[in-house]
Amino acid sequence: MKRISGWSLIRLYTILVYVFMFAPIVAVIILSFNPQQFGSFPMKGFSFEWYVKLAGNETILRAFKNSMVLGSLTAILTTAIGIPAAMAFVRYDFPGKNSLNTLLLAPIMIPEVVLGVALLLFIRWLQQPKSFLLLLIGHVVITLPYVLLVVQARLVGIKREYEEAAMSLGASPFQAFREITFPLLMPAILAGMLFSFTISFDDVTATLFWATASNQTVPVKIFGMLRNSISPEINALGTVMIILTISIPLLAGYLSRKFSKET
Amino acid sequence: MTQERNPRLVRFEGIVKRFGTVTAVEKMDLDIAEGTLVTLLGPSGCGKTTLLRMIAGLEDPTEGDIYIKGERINDIPIHKRNLGMIFQNYALFPHKTIFDNVAFGLKYRNVNKAEVEKKVTQALEMVRLPGVEKRMPAQLSGGQQQRIALARAIVIEPDVLLMDEPLSALDENLREEMRREVDNLQQMLGVTTIFVTHDQREALSMSDKIVVMKDGKKLQEGTPDEVYNQPNNHFVADFLGHSNFAEGEVVGKENRFVKVRLKDGTIFRVEDTGRFQEGEPVELVVRAQKFDAFRQEEFTPDPEMNYFEGKIRDRSYMGGEVSYFVELPDGTEVHIISMMRTRIYEVGDSVSVQVAPRHCHLLPIET
Ligand SMILES: Nc1ncnc2c1ncn2[C@@H]1O[C@H](COP(=O)(O)OP(=O)(O)OP(=O)(O)O)[C@@H](O)[C@H]1O
Ligand SMILES: [Mg+2]
Repeated sequence: MKRISGWSLIRLYTILVYVFMFAPIVAVIILSFNPQQFGSFPMKGFSFEWYVKLAGNETILRAFKNSMVLGSLTAILTTAIGIPAAMAFVRYDFPGKNSLNTLLLAPIMIPEVVLGVALLLFIRWLQQPKSFLLLLIGHVVITLPYVLLVVQARLVGIKREYEEAAMSLGASPFQAFREITFPLLMPAILAGMLFSFTISFDDVTATLFWATASNQTVPVKIFGMLRNSISPEINALGTVMIILTISIPLLAGYLSRKFSKET
Repeated sequence: MTQERNPRLVRFEGIVKRFGTVTAVEKMDLDIAEGTLVTLLGPSGCGKTTLLRMIAGLEDPTEGDIYIKGERINDIPIHKRNLGMIFQNYALFPHKTIFDNVAFGLKYRNVNKAEVEKKVTQALEMVRLPGVEKRMPAQLSGGQQQRIALARAIVIEPDVLLMDEPLSALDENLREEMRREVDNLQQMLGVTTIFVTHDQREALSMSDKIVVMKDGKKLQEGTPDEVYNQPNNHFVADFLGHSNFAEGEVVGKENRFVKVRLKDGTIFRVEDTGRFQEGEPVELVVRAQKFDAFRQEEFTPDPEMNYFEGKIRDRSYMGGEVSYFVELPDGTEVHIISMMRTRIYEVGDSVSVQVAPRHCHLLPIET
């Protein structure tokens, strides 16, 4: 007698969920190698045609550069703000600490549409034009909570006594931070930078509101292209995006492991 | 060789520390002599750590002044105070090698590279862990880590060495060994040391001076012998060792003795210190170890001694000693500890118990 146990049902269910989640992604990757204009299965051959076309598409390349610059600057700025803020929240007491912390974490809970519109209205009120700076500030606001959370969590785990020991040995508070706290915080800082880069690189909703024609990012560009036609170039672009967003965290994870082993 | 020692290397004047409404340290005046090891002893929450952290510069006193070598240091930040600090959980920098850990303080002291290496090697030899320079802290045992912490603190030749329960994270055997090690090292280097503990054995065995604290107040300070044998209040007598207490009243004086009548009518003779006068209510204190027990039939009273009779109620072995509870006719119990090699009594035996007047102390009644 064959019995279907509860476990095999759950296994089947899990497999289905994964298939459902990953099938479209796999389809995009496969179709990006399809030479036909209107991609459908079964494929008639295999080619890099769309990748070549992509590499020659000026607007896409510009968008890609925009995304990279924006993502990198966002990551750098967010960590530069996030580390001292996390230090202040975890190590010091000051009036209004809790409210300020909540305020900085709020963008996680506020819908991006609301954020997008709010920032736009704000610069309208200031009578400033949309600009790259606006976009950058917006992305910093969106990604700061992630950096704060990661760095704070790690900082709580680094005992105050390390800093106190360093200071008792003659290190000034800043030297103690540089020599002790910062290196111990490094994995969290890397993770935070990575989060902010990928979130910024990926963001569509808020960026749609903030981007001008000249500083469109890749996801916004894709969104625009989809409105006109569904060119197979998008499949190629999508594949590049997928590879990037998967490989960057993997690379960073590898680097941080290597880093922590060496020190 | 015989340098003049500063009797007030560290000095507290009217130190008060409040955290909001909690008073952690109350009106503390204390002098610590150069080259001595002083223990702050007291139950949990009595303010030992807070006091230590104020010397270190990790807390600011609410009131009062702290002096090191005659200089008021209230406003000098921690990294300019030249202190060695040892923490309960070692606090070795986990991402630095042992060498870098020990050499850390030298970086801020203009020591050249060759000199640094020499000093680190010396310090590691002093804590009897030579050759571990290249290892990471996580690769050492707890006891070894604490030795490295010690090496890291002494290599900078601090004016004062501060230790906050440095041995309490170690297991019993290791603790004893480390205790002796710390003691030896302290004497060898002659570094002024302030040692926080709530373990009376630790305090009694290694200190030049013990400061007994309770609720942020200093209750008594003195040599281990003084605080142990001449406690000046109930708490100190109770906290250090096993003491018996009985209330009574001074009923007269005779030669060098004070006569005290206890509640049950027994008259006890106690050496006269001049502290109490006839008619004063007092509390009698006798350490459990000071009694001698005899089989009732074999006992011949000595008029010089205090004695009473009772029945053994409870007996337990504590290493080389036996602990008894003796019940007196009126129902009170007296705790007696006697050496194993003397006769051992059974529960139910009738005994006569004797104690010399010089082993009895009187304290004022606390209200
Ligand atoms: N940062 C702080 N904020 C508020 N109260 C504090 C702070 N530090 C200490 N206290 C309080 O001050 C009192 C003394 O604390 P302290 O840590 O000095 O005690 P301790 O003698 O070291 O005790 P233990 O043996 O448990 O370490 C306690 O009542 C404690 O709750
Ligand atoms: Mg403490």
